[in-house]
Amino acid sequence: MAADSSLLQSLVEEFVSGLQDSKAKDAATAVKDGQFTVLQLVEALGLSLTSTQPHTRARGVQLLSEVLQECYGNLTQREVEVLIAFYENRLKDHYVITPSVLQGLRALTKCTALPPGSAVSMLRSLFQDVHVQSLMLAERSCVYSMLINLMETREAELKGLGSDFVFGFVQSMDGERDPRNLLLAFQIANLIIQRGYNLGKFAEELFEVTSCYFPIDFTPPPNDPHGITKEELIETLRSVLAGTPKFAEFLLPLIIEKLDSDVQSAKLDSLQTLTACVSQYEHKDFAEFLEGLWTSLRREVFQTSSERVESAGLAAVTALTSCLSRAVLSSDSEDSLSTFLDLVLTDCKHHLCEPDLKLVWPSAKLLQAACSASTRASHIVTAAVMPSLLEQYSNRTQCSQRRTLLEVVLKFIQAVKTSQSLENEESVFIDFRASLCSTVFSALSENNSSLQVTATSLLTSLSQQTGLLLDSDIDLAVDHLIRLLLTESDDKVSLAVVECAGALAELHPTVFITKLIPRLKAEMFAEPMDQDDNRKSSEQPSHHAVRQRCLSVLAAVSIKPSVVKETTPVLLDVLSSAHTGSVGFSVDEVVMTCRSLQRIAEQVQDIEETGRCFHETIIPQLLSLALQAALQGEESSGHRSPLVEEVVLSAVASVISTSCSRLQPQLAAQTAKRTVALFLDDDVSFLPDNSFPSHIQLLKKQQGESWRQSQLVCLLMGCVCSLPRSVEVPQADELLSQLEEMSCSCSHTLSYTSAAKCFAGLVNKRSQGDSLDSLIQRMMKRVCGELDSTSSPVRTQAFTLMIWVAKALLLRYHPLSTSLTDKLFTLLDNSDLGAMAADGFSLLMSDSADILNRGCHADVRIMYRQRFFSENSPKLVQGFNAAEPEKKSNYLKALSNIVNKLPKQVQITELPALLSLLLEALSCPDQGVQLSTLSCLEPVLIDPPPALIQQLEALVNRLQTLICSPAMSVRIASLRCLHALSHFPTHEILPFRARVLRALGRPLDDKKRLVRSEAVQARGEWFLVGSPGGR
Amino acid sequence: MSGGTRLENANPVIFQRSGERLLTASDEDEDVHDPIDDREIFDLIRAINDPEHPLSLEELNVVEQVRVKVNDAENTVGVEFTPTIPHCSMATLIGLSIKVKLLRSLPARFKIDVHITPGTHASEEAGNKIKTIIASQMG
Repeated sequence: MAADSSLLQSLVEEFVSGLQDSKAKDAATAVKDGQFTVLQLVEALGLSLTSTQPHTRARGVQLLSEVLQECYGNLTQREVEVLIAFYENRLKDHYVITPSVLQGLRALTKCTALPPGSAVSMLRSLFQDVHVQSLMLAERSCVYSMLINLMETREAELKGLGSDFVFGFVQSMDGERDPRNLLLAFQIANLIIQRGYNLGKFAEELFEVTSCYFPIDFTPPPNDPHGITKEELIETLRSVLAGTPKFAEFLLPLIIEKLDSDVQSAKLDSLQTLTACVSQYEHKDFAEFLEGLWTSLRREVFQTSSERVESAGLAAVTALTSCLSRAVLSSDSEDSLSTFLDLVLTDCKHHLCEPDLKLVWPSAKLLQAACSASTRASHIVTAAVMPSLLEQYSNRTQCSQRRTLLEVVLKFIQAVKTSQSLENEESVFIDFRASLCSTVFSALSENNSSLQVTATSLLTSLSQQTGLLLDSDIDLAVDHLIRLLLTESDDKVSLAVVECAGALAELHPTVFITKLIPRLKAEMFAEPMDQDDNRKSSEQPSHHAVRQRCLSVLAAVSIKPSVVKETTPVLLDVLSSAHTGSVGFSVDEVVMTCRSLQRIAEQVQDIEETGRCFHETIIPQLLSLALQAALQGEESSGHRSPLVEEVVLSAVASVISTSCSRLQPQLAAQTAKRTVALFLDDDVSFLPDNSFPSHIQLLKKQQGESWRQSQLVCLLMGCVCSLPRSVEVPQADELLSQLEEMSCSCSHTLSYTSAAKCFAGLVNKRSQGDSLDSLIQRMMKRVCGELDSTSSPVRTQAFTLMIWVAKALLLRYHPLSTSLTDKLFTLLDNSDLGAMAADGFSLLMSDSADILNRGCHADVRIMYRQRFFSENSPKLVQGFNAAEPEKKSNYLKALSNIVNKLPKQVQITELPALLSLLLEALSCPDQGVQLSTLSCLEPVLIDPPPALIQQLEALVNRLQTLICSPAMSVRIASLRCLHALSHFPTHEILPFRARVLRALGRPLDDKKRLVRSEAVQARGEWFLVGSPGGR
Repeated sequence: MSGGTRLENANPVIFQRSGERLLTASDEDEDVHDPIDDREIFDLIRAINDPEHPLSLEELNVVEQVRVKVNDAENTVGVEFTPTIPHCSMATLIGLSIKVKLLRSLPARFKIDVHITPGTHASEEAGNKIKTIIASQMG
């Protein structure tokens, strides 16, 4: 014990007189470990605490406070009481002691053993003896933390202080300047308001002391050491100001005043604060300011120059209106909602009668904002504006005016849609039902495409309101849609029609089944001869265009299973007629038909009914047609079935792929089993129209016309590569070995590529293990053998297989992927395969549309590109440096292919190391390399890394040369890069200004307009560099 | 009128914007020479913002394609613009903006002439004159 006390004495000694700050830590640890108690510490401190030297006393108190900060948890209530009494007393002491005293008090506020009443006494002496704003930053922060701590734990006690607490706080924070402390102070103010402390007569003072910071204008210092953002301050202050209706009478005049400001951010903040506060207010809180608020809001929307201010203003109007709508009406008071809406209507309604003038849209938006606030508001507003809008529509004759009116009506209906929550409630527009319908139908019959487009959107909106369209209207609407589809040549109209038909068909499937589908079918199957008679005019779309539209409408309306059941047979009919040649469909149309089927497979609900439709009807039919076409051969009657074309087969494969990946896994498993059996065992039993020879052997090498059969492997790929991973691929080993054989021996491009892709797709999903490893090694051996023998006839085939498998393994981070990609790197030096290898990197890094993507449930790890890049970029740089001059371009091409596909953040961090190589690539004569390098430079230039700025001279030189390149695309890309350079820091680029402007003079007179327009934009920006008003 | 104390013309007539020029196959063809035409000049100036409104000169019908004349072979460009109201004090500024935009965007071989449409502005002569002086200083 004696040793302890002497140890303690020496600690105190060294801290107080020796000024060794580290001793405080030692003392704290000792107290925590129980070596001595706080009491003993105080006793040891005795002399220093009573010293006549203020600095010695300060040192003593500091030691005590620092120890308390560490071990406030172990204090007993009695100890705390004594310590508090001591500290309260010390507040009256010399100012050098105050910081340490506050520190100690803060530690004590965290004590759980705080005796009752001590919180109040602590605060009383604090408010009495300390003038907070003359303290330093850290001490002020200490005071705020004390308040926060006490408010957390001693709420009831503090409330007992009554409004004195609020007054004390107001005095403490009055004049605070530091954003860190302000954030704390706002938090306290927020707690005062949210927890219901008694503001008493100090509401205005509390408001004054916080609102003087409104609107907040704060820019954090560069590199932002404290992590306090402007948004954070704005949000906390806003919740203080908008927190209580007691502030309404002070806040609203302030908002009106600040809205007058010329500073955009002040306007925006005011509007958002207004929106926030009215949601807390009752009508009576802001009744007297309503007119002033409205005048300001109207001005902001009418004369706005910024979309953000406008939308904030509109949101405020909506918030105001919905607050007024909540007001409870009493018999003697006026109806505040209708008073306000009268105000709005008087100022806005007459502008709706001038559809040519600027204010028509701001007025409409204000009214729509009010309209969307509540059902009552929408009733009042629509009753006032709809009749005049609809009447004007019928009286006006100019199309542009009618279109504006129609668009205004459309926006009203959309605005109300958002406000109506109850499904079955009658629509607000029910009174205008008749005139709305007649307006829509008259606009649809109009001969103006923009009117028709607006009218179809209006029709869609009307259909989504309950009870607006009767069955007879739907009938009529469908007639109009059919007419527009078949006779209008404008693409925008047909796009709008397709969209509208989709929306309507979801709600009213039967009309579409009975009317639209049969009619479209008839149109599609009609021979194009029909059109050659006299009534054909240039206005009419061609027969081909009509078919295309019919196909896209059929896809768009197929959302409900009942509709799908009707549309898919029509599409299959198209395919089989095209196959037999009974009706002439072009290859294009056949592809469109498959796309429509695919779109349906993408959008239908995944339920058993639709699953069966696809797996049991559509896929067997597609396979059967493709097989018939493949077996048919050229000789039969000179008609060549479109189903042997590559584009068509790829489209069919994507229908199969989408259905297998999306619809009903069990049925997909069954489809996979049948398809594999078809390809491996010639099992044709599941195909409809079964008249196939018994020995097809689709995967075996055949003679002569065999490509027709071998290319069917792309359908197999569509099926087995897109199955969910839960579905086992049947006969996988046999399948893989046959696919490998085919991809390495077949000479038909589509066949061997599809076989390679199919192999890769299966490898990607196969479970990890020895069988997979040996499979890959076997394949590797074979491929490398072919690649290394210069005389091999199947080098391209082997290369294709290798690159696809490399991709499949790279995606899933398989360890063997490196051996494949390393092989690819060595091929860059090969004189025959070098260029192909360089292009291969693009395939490796980009997403492929048909297999190995997430849609096909492939095993794709995140950030595989970054990983590949960081592992391999050194190899590439090394290879480049070591390569012979004529091979260097292969490396540059490979590099730009890889960098191009990297996410931008990675590009920026990796660029410095590669910059010299990329600049080298810009001077490479290969236009492909130039172009892809430019396209990967351009995004990086938007936010330039410092390394780039150091190379500015070289970059500008290279770009200057490239803007005179013979290739138009290179000229355009280099002009875009020069444009991006103009956004670099002015002091860096100013020296180049005159030179670049002169250089840009030449492409202004380029023979291609596209080049000229890029040059104009770039030159315009460069003129602004360093000029007043510019950047 | 709604708080429009600061603007000379708070509620002007708005005209529809013409869309982007449609791309044709010949635009993409390396070998075809695209001449500079009226539409191209119009596209250069139609997006200039009005000094008073957040609206383009096209939307206010201050510039129209029919009032743009270009002769690529003889290297001349003529543009006439129409202020929204006859007393528009911004006419000079608008004319100058058009001129500067064209000077910066066209090859140096062109002679550029920007005028107020005859009979549409109270002090047409003065406006045109001031503009000529300023423009000649700018080169």
